[in-house]
Amino acid sequence: MLATLGKRALQAIPTLTLVSVLVFVLQQAMPGDPALILAGEDKTPELLAQIRHELWLDRSLPLQYLHWLGGVLQGDFGLSWRNREPIAGLIALKLPVTLQLGSMAFVIAVCIGVPAGIVAAVGRNTWWDHLANAIGLAGLSTPNFWLGIMMILLISVHLGWLPPSGYVPLGEDWRQSLATTIMPAFVLGNAIAAVLMRHTRSAMLSALDQDYVRTARAKGLSEWRVVLRHALRNALVPVVTLGALELGTLFAGAVLTEQVFTIPGFGKLIVDAVFNRDYPVVQGVVLITASLTILLSLCADLLYVAINPRLRTG
Amino acid sequence: MRRILGLTALALLATTSLAQAQETPTQTLKIALREDADALDPTLARSYVGRIVFASMCDKLFDINEKLEIVPQLATGYAYEDPTTLRIDLRAGVKFHDGTTMDAEAVKYSLNRHLTMQGSGRRGELASVDSIEVAGPLTVKLHLKSPSSPLLAQLADRAGMILSAKAAEAAGKDFSLRPVCAGPFKFVERVAQDHITVERFPDYWNAKDIHFAKIVFQTIVDSTTRVANLRAGAVDLVESVVPSDVATVKADPKLKLITSPGLGYEGINFNVNHGPRASGPISKDARVRHAFDMAIDRDALNQVVFNGLFPATVQAVQTGSPYHAPGVEPKPRDLDGAKKLLAATGLPLPIKVTVNVPNSPTRIQAMEVVQAMVAEAGFDLKINAMEFATTLDAGDRGDFEAYLLAWSGRTDPDGNIWNFWHTGGPNNYPGYSNPDVDKALEDARKTSDVKERAALYAKAQIQELADLPINYLWSPQNIVGINAKLTGFVPVPDGLIRVQGMVLAK
Repeated sequence: MLATLGKRALQAIPTLTLVSVLVFVLQQAMPGDPALILAGEDKTPELLAQIRHELWLDRSLPLQYLHWLGGVLQGDFGLSWRNREPIAGLIALKLPVTLQLGSMAFVIAVCIGVPAGIVAAVGRNTWWDHLANAIGLAGLSTPNFWLGIMMILLISVHLGWLPPSGYVPLGEDWRQSLATTIMPAFVLGNAIAAVLMRHTRSAMLSALDQDYVRTARAKGLSEWRVVLRHALRNALVPVVTLGALELGTLFAGAVLTEQVFTIPGFGKLIVDAVFNRDYPVVQGVVLITASLTILLSLCADLLYVAINPRLRTG
Repeated sequence: MRRILGLTALALLATTSLAQAQETPTQTLKIALREDADALDPTLARSYVGRIVFASMCDKLFDINEKLEIVPQLATGYAYEDPTTLRIDLRAGVKFHDGTTMDAEAVKYSLNRHLTMQGSGRRGELASVDSIEVAGPLTVKLHLKSPSSPLLAQLADRAGMILSAKAAEAAGKDFSLRPVCAGPFKFVERVAQDHITVERFPDYWNAKDIHFAKIVFQTIVDSTTRVANLRAGAVDLVESVVPSDVATVKADPKLKLITSPGLGYEGINFNVNHGPRASGPISKDARVRHAFDMAIDRDALNQVVFNGLFPATVQAVQTGSPYHAPGVEPKPRDLDGAKKLLAATGLPLPIKVTVNVPNSPTRIQAMEVVQAMVAEAGFDLKINAMEFATTLDAGDRGDFEAYLLAWSGRTDPDGNIWNFWHTGGPNNYPGYSNPDVDKALEDARKTSDVKERAALYAKAQIQELADLPINYLWSPQNIVGINAKLTGFVPVPDGLIRVQGMVLAK
C-alpha cells in the first residue's frame, strides 16, 4: 500500500509541472494586458511601463515562469497583483471555504441521489420510479445560477429563513456557518444528486437481476436486507467511481455558485483573478486544485479496494 | 421659577445623556459593493470601489459636495499666492488612527509618497507639482511646474489622502494590508473578495457626525443578489443598482431608491487614426459618423434599455457642471438627414461597422437597439461582445473600428476630456488629434477662472462634435438602494458614500 502511495506521489510531480506550464502558457495567450487592467482608468505610459517592470512582464516568458517557479519551490506563491495580499494566505483562507461547501454539497448529493436511486430501482416502473426520474431530470436541467437566485428570492427574501449570501467560518460560529452555506451547498449538490440517482438506479437494476440476489431472496432474507446488504454493495463500485469524478465537477460548479451566493471561496478567487488578469493567483489556485484532484482520485482508488475485496492484492 | 429651572436642568440632563448616547454608537452599517476593492493604499489604489472604502477611512485635503463644489476636509482653506504656488492651511488637532498627528510634515510626506513611490497611481494626477514646502506646522506650499486648474480636484480625491508617515514607513509596501489614515473609521480586517470591516475612530476630528460603530463593506458581484440582500435586510445600502432592478427596489416599502446625476458617460469611440483599423468609411469620413449619430434616437434608447434613468447626452461633461457647454444638447433623431448625408458621400450601402462592446447584458442590449436604429439609415452594425479586459487591450492597440467605452467621470472637466481628446492622451483610443482642441485644453489647464475655462471647454466640445471621434450617448446616474430606516445619505455626483451624518433608526 505504501509503495503504491509513494509511486502515485512521484507520478504527481510531472503532472503538476505540466499543469503549471500549461496554465502559464495559456493565460499568456489570453487577450488583455494585465498592466492595463491594473493601471485602471488613470493609465499613463509611464505608469504602464512601471507596472510591467515591477511584475516582470517586460521579461521573457521562460524567465517569468522560472521566477514564479522559484518562489513556489520555496513555498512562496507571491503577491496578488490586484490587492497585494500574499497568495499563500489567500489560498489558505479560501480553500477551507470551498472544501466545506464541496463536502456539504457532496453529502447532500449522496443523501439525496443514492437513496432516490435505490427507491427508483426497487420500485421499478412505479410512480416512485417516475417521481425520482422526474426529480433527477429537473436536477440535471436546472442551471446552478438560476436555482441559486430563485432560492435566494424564495428562502431569504420572501420567507426570511436563511441569509441570502455571505459566509461565516465554521470555527467562528458553526450555526451561522451552516446557515450561510446550506443553500449554496444544496444548489451545488443538486446536479450531482441527479447524476448519482440515475447511476445508482441503473447499477441497482442490474444488481437486482443477478443470481446472488435471487439466492439471497430464496434464503428467505427480508427484501431490504437483500437490497442494502447484497445488491447495493455491488452496485456502489461504479457509483463511487462516478462520485470521485463528480468531485471535479464540484470545484467547477463552485465557480458559479460562489459567485451567486458571494461565498469567498476558491471558485470566486479564480474567476476574479482571471477577469483581473491576476496571473500569479490563477497559477497558484490551479496548482492547488490540480494537487487536490490528484489526491482525491487516489482516495477514490483506495475506496474501491475497501468496497470491493476482489481488488485487494498481496 | 424654580419649576422652570428644574425643567431646564432636566432638559439639559436629557440632552447631555442623549449626547453621550450619541457619542458611542453601537450599530453596524452594511454596504454592498459591486466588486472587490484593489490595494487599500491610497498611493497604489486604482479601483472605483476602493474609493468608496477610502471615503470612510482616509480623509483628503479637500472633498466635493453635492453641488460639485470643492470644500475643505483636512485643509481649512487654500490660496494661490501666485499662479504656481498653492498655499494650503491645515486643520489643527487631527489625529491619524495610530495616534500620531496630522500636520504639514505628514502632508509633505504623503504627497511625496504619491509622487515617488514605485507603482504610484497618483503620480500622473500630481504631475504639475514640482515640490512641497512645509511653511509652518499647519501650512504647506505646493510649488507647481506650471499653473494647473485641475489640481484642487485631484487633491479632493485619492491624491489628497494623507497617511500616517510612521505607519507608512513601518509597513513599506505592505501598507495596503493595514492602512492608517485620518478618516472617521479605522481599518479592522479584510477578507479578500468577501468583506472589509472598519471601526469607528473615536478621535476623529468630526466624530460627532459619525453614528456607526462599524461599517462592513460586503462584495456582492451579481446585481440581483445585491438587491436580494437589501430586501432581506442583510445589507443596509447597495451602491450601483442596475436599471432593471429599480422597479423591485421601488416596490418594496422597506427600501428607498435614491437616484442622482453622475459624472460619467458612455459613448462610442470611432477609430479615426489609430493603426490600420482606421481605414473604413466610418474612420475616414466625418459625414459617415454624423449620419450614424443622426440615426440614433437617444431618448428611445434611454427608455428601452435604461427605463428612462440614464439621460441622453452628447457631451463629455455632464449637466449641472459649470463646464457643461451651454446649448450643446442631444438633437431628435433625424433619419432622413442621416440617409441624405450617407447618399452625399456616394459610398455603397450598407456601410459595415463593427463595434467592440464589453460583455455586459445592458451594454449589449443598448448596442442592439443602436444596431436596429442605424440599420434604417444604411449601416450594417456588427456587435462584437468581448470580455472587459479584452476590449481594453483592443482599444489600446487600436484594434477596433468602433468601441463602446464607459467612463466613471471626474470632478474636474479636465479628467473627463484631456486624456480622451488631447493628441497622444492615454485614453485617446480613436487617435484623435486637432490642434485647436489641444490648444483649448492646454489653455483651460492654465486658468482657474471658471468662466474662462468654461468657454475654452465649450470651444473644444463644439470642435469635438464636429469631428466626432467619440459619439457620446448617455450619462449613467448614481442609483443607490437603501434601507428606508437609513437617513442622512447625501448623494454626491462622484457616487462615493459619505457616512458623515447618516443614521440608521432602530
